[in-house]
Amino acid sequence: MELTKEKLLSMYRTMVRIRTFELKVAELFAAGKVPGFVHLYVGEEAVATGVCANLTDQDYITSTHRGHGHLIAKGGQTKLMMAEIFGRATGYCKGKGGSMHIADVGLGILGANGIVGAGQPIATGAGLACKYKKTNRVVACFFGDGASNRGTFHEALNMASIWKLPVIYVAENNMYGISNYQRNHMNVADIADRAAAYGIPGVAVDGNDVVAVYEAAAEAVARARKGDGPSLIECKTWRHRGHFEGDPAIYKNPEEQAAWLKKDPIPRLEAKLLDLKYATQADLDQVQAEATAEIEEAVKFAESSPIPSADDVLTDVYAD
Amino acid sequence: MAQMTYAEAIRDGMRVEMQRDPNVILYGEDVGLFGGCFGVTAGLLQEFGPERVIDTPITETAIVGSAVGAAAAGLRPIAEVMFVDFMGVCMDELLNQAAKMRYMFGGKARLPLVVRTPCGAGMSAAAQHSQSLEALFTHIPGLKVVMPSDPADAKGLMVAAIKDDNPVIYIEHKQLLNVSGEVPEGEYLVPLSQAEIKREGSDVTIVAWSWMVSKALAAAEILAKEGINAEVLDPRTLVPLDKEAILKSVGKTGKLVIVHEAVRTNGFGAEIAAIVADEGFDLLDAPIKRVTAPDTPIPFAPVLESAYLPNEEKIVKAVKELF
Repeated sequence: MELTKEKLLSMYRTMVRIRTFELKVAELFAAGKVPGFVHLYVGEEAVATGVCANLTDQDYITSTHRGHGHLIAKGGQTKLMMAEIFGRATGYCKGKGGSMHIADVGLGILGANGIVGAGQPIATGAGLACKYKKTNRVVACFFGDGASNRGTFHEALNMASIWKLPVIYVAENNMYGISNYQRNHMNVADIADRAAAYGIPGVAVDGNDVVAVYEAAAEAVARARKGDGPSLIECKTWRHRGHFEGDPAIYKNPEEQAAWLKKDPIPRLEAKLLDLKYATQADLDQVQAEATAEIEEAVKFAESSPIPSADDVLTDVYAD
Repeated sequence: MAQMTYAEAIRDGMRVEMQRDPNVILYGEDVGLFGGCFGVTAGLLQEFGPERVIDTPITETAIVGSAVGAAAAGLRPIAEVMFVDFMGVCMDELLNQAAKMRYMFGGKARLPLVVRTPCGAGMSAAAQHSQSLEALFTHIPGLKVVMPSDPADAKGLMVAAIKDDNPVIYIEHKQLLNVSGEVPEGEYLVPLSQAEIKREGSDVTIVAWSWMVSKALAAAEILAKEGINAEVLDPRTLVPLDKEAILKSVGKTGKLVIVHEAVRTNGFGAEIAAIVADEGFDLLDAPIKRVTAPDTPIPFAPVLESAYLPNEEKIVKAVKELF
């Protein structure tokens, strides 16, 4: 598949925006400016970007506790996200959800989720709604390697498989379930192999190569839109940081970390863009400058936004 | 009015809403061809087809979890969990997903889903198929909890539950499924959060729900012969609770006995007692009594199960202690 210049540049912009957002959140967290805890997506940008580049505004995603990248890739607004992370009334969830629960249902984003594996059955149900309503919409379900050990994984994939639901299950294998290395929590090398148990296609790709992710997702999305059912895509990737901000990640092997940093998805795409002469270094610098400005703007918006009214603790429990 | 069983009334409520709204679908284990473990969904597959009445694998986590996703994406699913005892398998989907999504998303999601599930002892089905677990769900803000005690309410509350834009746990009692009664035909709705006085009385208020309403009514007849005129109040919806109706009745009678089939400790009766003690202490002429199951798992042998269950004799005894 030959990707157009526009598509590659667009994916590059998305990845840079995610990276910039995340590094800013890390800085703000370290400075004690944001409450709670945050789980950053730095290093995994190619996965959300490559998958969501195949989706429309009408399609759905379910996300994880490491959700900022998914939301940005699906079209979420960084200023509303930042305001939510700050716990402001202007945030996506009016300060009631925070980093782990950001959602934009109107954009098909059915929420980041604080429970590992919880998005899998929710995505399956959204897939059921898509199929029932004959809308030709699809659902991308992001989850980590740890979540592929949960019962929700088995139940959701089995159900989607028997009903041929239009769901793309995307395993983001960053090799660690919190601190527990993959070899210690599963006895298969490839999560993709688990697709065989449900009679659906399973493919493992280089999750730090946005083109490889894009192509695998394109095939899975086409299959889903045709009514041929779900697929499982395993994207092998690496989180540059700890499980959460403040986690010193002493469980990581430094040599392995160094090797993975060399496979950082953003410089890899930059090299490709320069090689194909789709962009000059000045163009790339411009993308970074725009992302920096956007995120600075988002922080300003968040910081200048009102905090929620204490009375709001009681609202939004039930729909009228 | 038509004569129907409680099971038929539940089915009629679902049928009326499925006819009215194509976004209502029903799914769960054996709900289609088999007609449901207790026959509640019999005939709906034939009437609405396999796209709307769907047999699932034995997979409670995915049944309830997918109902959450389907509701978020625009359907109004009715998910059946074959026994309330099995809800443990899908607790995350209820307590962390269904109940919280709206709040966590700042009010920007609607989750119109109903989880139907039978509760209750009396079948010698022992401790994993007989429980009354309503208190678990009432402790989770974001869920509504409905427990009909007769066929008319079973239909009307089902219609209301399906129309509601929130996750509703609709708990039907196995001992009531074959009980018959008058049920209005066609569109008929019993609003959620509205208690009903099932028997007027002036001397003591007995609050009971689900199967225990019939036990309370039987006890009231026995008490009447002894000169005690009991009022029996059925909250019908535990969340949101019609506490005004309870306080009003206690204001009239001055005495309160709460009856529930669930075990005593932290049962929903404790909540009602606390509300009345807190907001209606001056209304009381006597201590509040609870008639409940003991804090044990549910035994198998009929004689043990019978000893376990609240009944009219135990209710009569509790009431008499107040006079």
